[in-house]
Amino acid sequence: MDKRRVVITGMGVVSPLGSDLETIWKRLTSGYSGARMITRFDASNMPTHFACEVIEFDVDAYIAKKEQRRMDPFCHYAVSAAKMAMKDSGLDMTQEDLFRCGCTVSSGIGGLQTLETQHSILRDKGPDRCSPFIIPQMIINMCAGLIAIDHKLKGPNFGVVSACATGAHSIGEAQRLIERGDVDVMLAGGTEATICPLGIGGFSAMRALSTRNDDPTKASRPFDKDRDGFVMGEGSAVVVLEDLEHARKRGARIWCEVAGFGMTCDANHITAPAENGEGAARAMAMAMKDAGLTPADIDYVNAHGTSTELNDKFETAAIKTAMGPDRASKIMVSSSKSMTGHLLGAAAAMETVICALSMAKGVVTPTINYTTPDPLCDLDYVPNTPREFKIRACLNNSLGFGGHNASLCLKRMD
Amino acid sequence: MALEDKVRDIIVEQLGVNADQVKPEASFIEDLGADSLDTVELVMAFEEEFGQEIPDQDAEKLTTVGAVIEYLKSKNIGD
Repeated sequence: MDKRRVVITGMGVVSPLGSDLETIWKRLTSGYSGARMITRFDASNMPTHFACEVIEFDVDAYIAKKEQRRMDPFCHYAVSAAKMAMKDSGLDMTQEDLFRCGCTVSSGIGGLQTLETQHSILRDKGPDRCSPFIIPQMIINMCAGLIAIDHKLKGPNFGVVSACATGAHSIGEAQRLIERGDVDVMLAGGTEATICPLGIGGFSAMRALSTRNDDPTKASRPFDKDRDGFVMGEGSAVVVLEDLEHARKRGARIWCEVAGFGMTCDANHITAPAENGEGAARAMAMAMKDAGLTPADIDYVNAHGTSTELNDKFETAAIKTAMGPDRASKIMVSSSKSMTGHLLGAAAAMETVICALSMAKGVVTPTINYTTPDPLCDLDYVPNTPREFKIRACLNNSLGFGGHNASLCLKRMD
Repeated sequence: MALEDKVRDIIVEQLGVNADQVKPEASFIEDLGADSLDTVELVMAFEEEFGQEIPDQDAEKLTTVGAVIEYLKSKNIGD
């Protein structure tokens, strides 16, 4: 049978820019940075003292207190974002075949805060004092399981894990399940909650984080010559993916189409990307081919753009390879991480939401903190100010530790 | 605070129920919505609060609020 078309009909976000789509959009188009000194714990003995913490999120509004106690924060975020996305979609589950509705919402690291807290209890008080909820709280698949319980999603349900590309693989695999005709509705996306001593300490030990402690809001500066590492973020973004005909039949509002997906592996190094972004270039090419599009049809690339030395220059090279140097010089490339920080397992999903908003509003969001060009990063990064443009189609790149490259091709629906 | 009040507060906190639901004859699983993981954590909370080890073979008999209070009293924990 012909491949079915897949669209986004609902979106929900819990993030360092807020939890309401219009508020988030206002911040994305006003040069807002989510970076602050860490409040969650005393980070003064860490090399990095700041991060992008979730704001304006009232977990009590989404999850009963008793249920909250049995979840790690990464599930608080995901379960809440999923409820927002379902509400946004207008889906009435009493009208659906529940076995044709599934969930792949996932996380890169999962219940790290639970692991950290319970390990201290184990060490200090012994195994008898460890919570019976340690395992259910830690395992990554549980956010998809919990979301399924909330909305009675009896279809395919599993976690898709690929570090910073997790959200992209979650959305891409969900898209494919719908394309094949096995399901009509999939909740997909990512979540992460690792702003804790082990999380900040771990990434600091790798020298991956910016240490611009005297000026946190200027630290995330993708493609800029003075970038010195990424700024950790947290939160969740969940999208409702739906078969196009199914969406049309119920008169759903359609945000955009998930037209293509490409995935490759660098097979190079546990953290450093392959030289010249060969794997990332191939993932972008695959995404365009899957969507039946060429570089001439792509107006915008939402880059992985972490603000690290290596990612930004190799991703630039990858974009030139995938688009051809001529087209690459004409399209717009920006990194939302300049404002949101790096949401790790939730990043790709957050950026999918941003692409959908950008296409709906006809505005490309900027790369902020761009003051000094790097000769190795010479594309149009939409520096500092948003730009009006009716994007026809865009690519959303996510490149994870371990060499996991994923590129989503999103298309405007008119 | 009386033993019964401390026990009630722990149950309200752990199970998210109202204080007036916590009657002596209330069963944790049947009446107060606890599942098997909740009951394990509940017993741990009593152990922590009263400094009293509750072995598994005793714990499995503590199926109601009243049973918990009786058990703790029998261990000379109380007012």
